[in-house]
Amino acid sequence: MTPILQVKGVTKRFGGLTANNDISFDVAEREILSVIGPNGAGKSTLFKLIASFLRTTSGEVLLKGRRISNLAPHKVARLGVVRTFQETTIFRSMTVRENIIVAHHLRSKASLLGFFLGTKQARSDEAEFGASADEIIDFLGMGAIRDEFASNLPQGHLRALGMAIGLATNPTVLLLDEPFAGMNHDETMRMVANVRRLRDERGVTVLLVEHDMPAVMKISDRIVVINFGEKIAEGTPAEIQANEKVIEAYLGSEDAAIGM
Amino acid sequence: MNTQKLVGVGVFLIAVFGIVPWLISVTGRWDFYYTLTSVALLSIASAGVWLTFYIGRINIGQGAYALAGGYVSAILTTQAGFSFWATLPLAGLFCAGLSILIGLPILRLRGVYFAMVTLVLTEVGRLAALALPVTNGAKGITSIPLPGELSIFGLTLIPDFATLENPKLAFYLVAAFLMVICYAALYRIVNSRLGHLCRSLQQNEELSASIGVNTAYLRVLAYSISSFFGGIAGAMFVAISQSIYPSSFQVTDSVNFMLNCFLGGLGYVFGPMLGTLMLYFGWDLLFTAGRFQLLIYSSLLIILMLFLPNGVLSLFERKGGRK
Repeated sequence: MTPILQVKGVTKRFGGLTANNDISFDVAEREILSVIGPNGAGKSTLFKLIASFLRTTSGEVLLKGRRISNLAPHKVARLGVVRTFQETTIFRSMTVRENIIVAHHLRSKASLLGFFLGTKQARSDEAEFGASADEIIDFLGMGAIRDEFASNLPQGHLRALGMAIGLATNPTVLLLDEPFAGMNHDETMRMVANVRRLRDERGVTVLLVEHDMPAVMKISDRIVVINFGEKIAEGTPAEIQANEKVIEAYLGSEDAAIGM
Repeated sequence: MNTQKLVGVGVFLIAVFGIVPWLISVTGRWDFYYTLTSVALLSIASAGVWLTFYIGRINIGQGAYALAGGYVSAILTTQAGFSFWATLPLAGLFCAGLSILIGLPILRLRGVYFAMVTLVLTEVGRLAALALPVTNGAKGITSIPLPGELSIFGLTLIPDFATLENPKLAFYLVAAFLMVICYAALYRIVNSRLGHLCRSLQQNEELSASIGVNTAYLRVLAYSISSFFGGIAGAMFVAISQSIYPSSFQVTDSVNFMLNCFLGGLGYVFGPMLGTLMLYFGWDLLFTAGRFQLLIYSSLLIILMLFLPNGVLSLFERKGGRK
């Protein structure tokens, strides 16, 4: 198991508040790893640190041994670590297809001037983006809403679109922030299958933050549990379900929530 | 480009370069040349403002670049003996360069904060023109020579304006030509990948960055193109009025450039052009209202913005479907 992504002693302080304290774990290539924890545990902060939307206070994140923490976010995306968003962050006044086409930016070989002048390379890029967008749309089964404006889409489709945007960048590691939030059972199951296919068919390593415990237990190869900004457990879904610290963190009614 | 668009462009070009001069010579209303030349130039500056709207920034500072462009052209022609035709692109480039320096820090701001800073920019431009020795303070720069001959390899493209019996027509044609070029460029920007990326910035900068767009670079690029337009419009204005003062472009002008965009429609490339035409003529037509001119004018603007928030061009959209 060669780690593709290494989180090494990452700490983030906002003034006096420590949101992440010395968190370390490795992510193997083609692994699906979930980060879970109660509300306010620091999961989203951790994601932002990995995608370099925030600067670490100390510690570092390595992609294939190369340090990526504290680079500009677009550079991290260029290296293959791409984040989708917790909020339904999409380009609202573009159609589904346009959203996905724009997201192909990293694959363009022509320069912006080339696109302005409409050079041969630019035109072949455009054609390639269109074809690839259609392929992604089919892959995620979004054909029916291809030309719908994103602002008209319901929650479930928005999440799928978020994933499609992430996919269009051709990521090595895709960070999905609550991909199942606001979805009903059927939608969740479809999305779970899609995430699996992402890994199986496209070889993408997936890191996700999620609250939907049954989905997490179903989808994850391994789980990292965070509470009060610290990692309290790491292991397979079965190990996590049996871990006392985890049960304590999710005390009370949460027994049911982690699927026991 | 489909045939319908080609026909539209053809009709527009014939109207601008053929029908308008013909109508004016028939009716003898030579003063319209000045009005229409102004509209053409103001709409170039407005096109620049429109482009900054397109990346999601409210720009009320275009007056500063028009002023800077005007001074660059005036100083180069009167003091360094440059031909006006050489100063025209230089004025644009100077403004583009200046806007990169200014834009790098201020484009990090969004919304009303960016708007406030750009608003101040115009005032800074005016005060700088008053204070600097090279701009000759409040006296400004006057008796700037008319544009000379422009020739390439002995072939005269544009004759010396001083020898023309009708320089007004010549100015109109040049301004209209510039306007056509600028809007063609703008249209191309908006409909190429560059435009798509600008729209992605406008709608969500964070997501843009996460799909790998260098947002800081793109913002500065769009802003410098915008200022380039402001600069050449300013330079051309100076050539027509043959003079420039610190008050040649003021905060009111900056605000008007922005209003032109609002009125025409922020979603349409040709919105600022139509907006400029309507605002300019609207103001003139209301001249008969005397002291109520400003009151009626501003009330009309408020009503228009309330009922047509997407601009006048959105009227046509509902009929013809999405463009």
